[in-house]
Amino acid sequence: MIAVVDYRAGNLTSVKKALDHLRADAIVTGDPEVVAQADKIILPGVGHFSSTAILEQSGLRTAILHRINHGVLFLGVCVGMQWMFECSAEAPGIPGLGLFPGACGRFTESVKSPHVGWNSLTCHDESRLLRGIRSGSFVYFTHSYSVPVVKQTVARCEYGGEFSAAVEQDNLFGVQFHPEKSGALGLKLLENFCCLSC
Amino acid sequence: MLTKRIIACLDVNAGRVVKGVQFKQLRDAGDPAELAAAHSKAGADEVVLLDISATHEKRTTLADTVRRTARQLFIPFTVGGGIRSLDDAIAVFEAGADKISINSAALADPSLITRIADRYGSQAIIVAIDAKRLNGEARFEAYVSGGRNPTGRDAVDWAREAEERGAGEILLTSMDCDGTGAGFDCDLTRACSEGLNIPVIASGGGGDTQSFVDVFERGRADAALAASIFHFGLHRLGDLKQELQSAGIPVRRPC
Repeated sequence: MIAVVDYRAGNLTSVKKALDHLRADAIVTGDPEVVAQADKIILPGVGHFSSTAILEQSGLRTAILHRINHGVLFLGVCVGMQWMFECSAEAPGIPGLGLFPGACGRFTESVKSPHVGWNSLTCHDESRLLRGIRSGSFVYFTHSYSVPVVKQTVARCEYGGEFSAAVEQDNLFGVQFHPEKSGALGLKLLENFCCLSC
Repeated sequence: MLTKRIIACLDVNAGRVVKGVQFKQLRDAGDPAELAAAHSKAGADEVVLLDISATHEKRTTLADTVRRTARQLFIPFTVGGGIRSLDDAIAVFEAGADKISINSAALADPSLITRIADRYGSQAIIVAIDAKRLNGEARFEAYVSGGRNPTGRDAVDWAREAEERGAGEILLTSMDCDGTGAGFDCDLTRACSEGLNIPVIASGGGGDTQSFVDVFERGRADAALAASIFHFGLHRLGDLKQELQSAGIPVRRPC
């Protein structure tokens, strides 16, 4: 069972709808005990980094970390991916999970913000999540903050400089774009995640 | 590279897509859920569903229409028309919209923009502005109530205020060009796009491929709205993107 973590982030229904379309066994839950029994976890998110504070207060952060340490596959989307890093300039007082190194920063003033629309990916070959998705593929972004390119980056994107579009290490996956809104390619990515085993 | 978006707009009346000439002589054009999926397949980068129902009774079908349309749509989906309060917005989001568009209600109570942005994020709120040129000058006035009532507000100033209050995008319609097919108002679009730090969607006047090239190049638009059922067949949408690509405009292809 895939737990789609409910912390009042906007795109929950979109993510659930895409998983339903793929006939995946997924439930939307804000209950740490349900998360503690999930085989896979998806943390959606769109909006403000401060909304992740509720994960700490509700006990979801502890439940998620516990499952991650047991090797459960975890996918963070947008703010969900940003939360996997150390912190964000959008909400300096709120720590991320620190699973990946670095902080989330605002786009430079040379470009419009938010970065909204379809932008192309530069993919690395070794990604399990991006299997079948080629460099140059377009996916849908909508965000004002981004994380830098790091060792775990498996897809980069260019907008006022390069940033991480996807990160991956062992059982941990994150995407800055919205696979649930990226047409057939996005569904392919979600299907890859559903089919992955630990 | 970030591409220029072509957004397909479906006008919906009492749960059915309609087409007409400047909102008159409405004719049934089909089911919103089927047409939205068909537009996505034909290459639309986003779909906007605009509820033009004249009466409140007809409008109550909106949530159901949004739910059915969202179910099979995996590209960004915006809903506008008749959203007057935070509760109206919540109902549309819960039915599956990714973004909502507000127009008259935002001018009547600008704090509504901030309240929706605080709850769903700025990326989820588009402020739509209907603008009309002042006596041939390069200045534009914002209108409300489907273009019936002037507000006395400068359209670009209002767009800037909407940005400050938390709007994530501006949907800018030229009332002078709307329905003509003779080209977008590139002066209006450029004034707004250069004066703001959020994306501007140009609307009104889209016709041949060159009109889209012009609004992206001269008008500096980030996206263009095509009332596709009105102006285009579905094939035309795919051709348009191919022609834009040939003209050097970055677009998402293949879709």
